[in-house]
Amino acid sequence: MTTDSRFDLPGTPVFDGQTSRRGFRMNKLFMSLRYAQNRERFLADEAGYCDEFGLAPEQKRAILDRDWQAMIDLGGSIFYVYKLAMMDGRSMQYLGGVFSGMTEEEFVAAMRAGGRRDG
Amino acid sequence: MAEVIWGLATSHVPSIGAAMDRGKTEDPNWKGLFDGYAPARAWLAEHKPDVAIVIYNDHANGIDLDIVPTFGIGTAERYQVADEGFGKRPVPDVVGDPDLSLHLLEQLVDEGFDLTVFQELDVDHGFTVPLSVWTPDPGEAWPCPVIPLLVNVIQYPQPTAARCYALGQALGRAIAAYPEDVKVAILGTGGMSHQLAGARAGFINPDFDAMFLEAIEKDPAKLTALSREDYIREAGSEGIEMIMWLIMRGAMNDQVTKVHSHYFVPASNTAAAIALFDNREPEPA
Repeated sequence: MTTDSRFDLPGTPVFDGQTSRRGFRMNKLFMSLRYAQNRERFLADEAGYCDEFGLAPEQKRAILDRDWQAMIDLGGSIFYVYKLAMMDGRSMQYLGGVFSGMTEEEFVAAMRAGGRRDG
Repeated sequence: MAEVIWGLATSHVPSIGAAMDRGKTEDPNWKGLFDGYAPARAWLAEHKPDVAIVIYNDHANGIDLDIVPTFGIGTAERYQVADEGFGKRPVPDVVGDPDLSLHLLEQLVDEGFDLTVFQELDVDHGFTVPLSVWTPDPGEAWPCPVIPLLVNVIQYPQPTAARCYALGQALGRAIAAYPEDVKVAILGTGGMSHQLAGARAGFINPDFDAMFLEAIEKDPAKLTALSREDYIREAGSEGIEMIMWLIMRGAMNDQVTKVHSHYFVPASNTAAAIALFDNREPEPA
């Protein structure tokens, strides 16, 4: 029997226990990027670094391709995924644009106009 | 007897700290936010506590997903400022108050709030940005010792709003039971509406935020009646962190006096607010 605690809210990923289980190894990799020496090792051999953390193949592919949506879909927590984005020099506004189908400039403009609304 | 003298609710968006650290507070995109802080900061500068409690959540800096404590409290003498991956913020490390921490822990456990104990903890922007909102130029040290009280708001199921408020009420009783004659400040952090991931990223709900800002002062029970789902739907998947304001509010008197509040959109991807409340009995006219 599975426990489905998640409710369905369109366009809103809920980082629940099952999602966190799925993304556990990948989120550990992201957490490790807080340290400069790990960032250097990651950049020197991204695929090898992913293998050290025992990621699922699709998680490794998402990281190598910088497929931010896939990282979220495969169990990434936005706060952890953001560690990789920061390393790449990407902002949270850039990610917001990726998730909502806009350029970073369009996303920033939408926020400055008061933010996005439902519907 | 210890006494809560004020409560400050504030967003803890990392870019607010970055704007201060990089001297951008007069930038046209930021000025409206920081101008809104000025009246609160002026009042706070005149009302210095002996110790503060900051209610916050970590963001993959001090703790990871190996262990996800629903509630936790720091009991250390010092807390280092975390390196979140781009170097430490140029702000002082934090001096703690282990005696008060351990008193609160015991009292809260006796009341049924089984907090996780952090004997070592690096504090991230969730903690240091509220301190900077309060004290923009701390110099070598923050104004007083500070105790971290941690809340899981990033992994579902977060504690309910009602449970947060009840924890705050127990915290208020625990503070009142502390035998030292100290003045205590409480900072409730996070919010307001925002969502970082998903097709709804960038979601802001000014109507909900306005309702919350009003009710946190006058009718917190209205906010405790909202479910986890209500918060995520109305305030966004990260906006649920506003439940931490309820811990602050619970620790305060039923009647508080609003000193100042301010609402601003956007601080990066977030609606930002501060609300400052005086917890002392009003002076007789």
